[in-house]
Amino acid sequence: MIQLENVNHTYANGTQALRGISLEIGAEAFTVLIGPSGAGKSTLMRILNGLVRPTTGKVTIDKLEISRAKNVQVLAARRKIGMVFQQFNLVKRLTALENVLIGRLAFMPTWRSTIRMYTLEDRQLAFAALERVGMADYAWQRADTLSGGQQQRVGIARALAQQPKLILADEPISALDPKASEQVMGLLRQIQSEDGIAVIANLHHLDAVREYAERVVALQRGSVVFDGHPNALTEAVTRALYYDEQKATQPTPDLSTTPLLVNA
Amino acid sequence: MTKQLQAPPKVLMQRNYTRLIWLGMAALLFWATFGTELSIPKFIAGVGESYKLLFGTAERPDSGFFPPDFTRGLTFVDQMLLTVKMAIWGTVLAAIAALPISILAAANTAPNKVVYQIARRILDVLRGLNEFVLALIFVAAVGLGPFPGILALAVHTTGVLAKLYAEAIEVVDTGQIEAVQASGANPIQVFTHAIFPQIVPTVVSMSLYRFESNVRAASVLGLVGAGGIGLFVTETMRSFNFREASAVLIVILVAVFLVDFISAQIRAKLT
Repeated sequence: MIQLENVNHTYANGTQALRGISLEIGAEAFTVLIGPSGAGKSTLMRILNGLVRPTTGKVTIDKLEISRAKNVQVLAARRKIGMVFQQFNLVKRLTALENVLIGRLAFMPTWRSTIRMYTLEDRQLAFAALERVGMADYAWQRADTLSGGQQQRVGIARALAQQPKLILADEPISALDPKASEQVMGLLRQIQSEDGIAVIANLHHLDAVREYAERVVALQRGSVVFDGHPNALTEAVTRALYYDEQKATQPTPDLSTTPLLVNA
Repeated sequence: MTKQLQAPPKVLMQRNYTRLIWLGMAALLFWATFGTELSIPKFIAGVGESYKLLFGTAERPDSGFFPPDFTRGLTFVDQMLLTVKMAIWGTVLAAIAALPISILAAANTAPNKVVYQIARRILDVLRGLNEFVLALIFVAAVGLGPFPGILALAVHTTGVLAKLYAEAIEVVDTGQIEAVQASGANPIQVFTHAIFPQIVPTVVSMSLYRFESNVRAASVLGLVGAGGIGLFVTETMRSFNFREASAVLIVILVAVFLVDFISAQIRAKLT
């Protein structure tokens, strides 16, 4: 359902984020994007939901060419794509339920959302999404009073409330402790396998990649360097992925990234 | 060694720089004395005169400000309430007008730089025109009474509030905006659900703060015929009815204290 054909993206400051990416991603496998910081993972995610327009190339989601769609069409397409963020990005001063209702905004007339008169169906849908992620008890609590793991689960509920066909998770567990990470990744995998929603996640923790991914796409300097089952992700592959580009400029690997390979 | 000798001048330069600022300020003060008739003897003599004005002379002890004469007290209180009402409407109208303008006057939400510059310059003009000057204009336009006073307060306050709101919009967390955009929400919904919740504390506290200062401003607008207690300030002073004037001033002070106190309590609770 998602097709990328020869996608290139160069930012206004000259940074070449993506070079000739061609991919096809569907709902049948939990897909994980890996790669060193600056490899273009976040850019790829933002191109998929139209927050960033690729410089060249074709991106098709559910038959809509989002890379060239009109603004109105992009807004309509985004309704089908839920997004989960590294920093959760909940609206802090709203309650958990109101945050989940944000997932329904694009389905209601503007006047209704402006006076915050949500329909009963929307409220039921939002509440069900909170129940799904185990946060129903916190529905009336302000988002900034919740812990990181709780906030991320509300973030997932917000994405679910859109009844999406695709969920993009941009480093969903980078800011979470191990237990919360497990909950969040478990939820995302469950959503993918039970609801038939395609999930694409950016991950830095290779342990989590091996545990949850069914398909791994590795990016390095804006290009796909690996695409396959996590079993094929050998130490040689990951070492090349995370350290090779540094070898060119500096002899010793950056120590801040070594913990990733401890169990590799 | 030579390198170390070359480095320190930077510190010395900074000292010269601050000294220059002090010199500049002294020069400014000196310049400001010309034509302003600053005079210490005149001030001392004035203090003695003010004493007579406040407490009356030996021959006519009731010619001063004390004791205050509250025979028309109810009228003064009534007029003070009218003044507060003017401040309420002036502030509310301004807050309503300021919100949409602030979107155009914030760098991150303005549709383009031209609109942003135009909005900012309009706000500069609104803030530049003092309530008193605006009241003179509106009295000429719509006639005497509290209504031109309300308009004067509203116009000036719009300029102040829209700038403060715009500055709050400019520092909102972009992550929250991105999340709402990613859900497919349109720009209006992004404002109502991502930006507005973030600026609510500023909107509430700044609007209340402006309400307090509008009560003070409104209490002198009567001087130019724009309604409220200000009329009685001029009336009693011009007829040398100083004991009544002091009653009027006491009513104003008590009202301002009360409004400041209540408003500060609400602001503390809401933010």
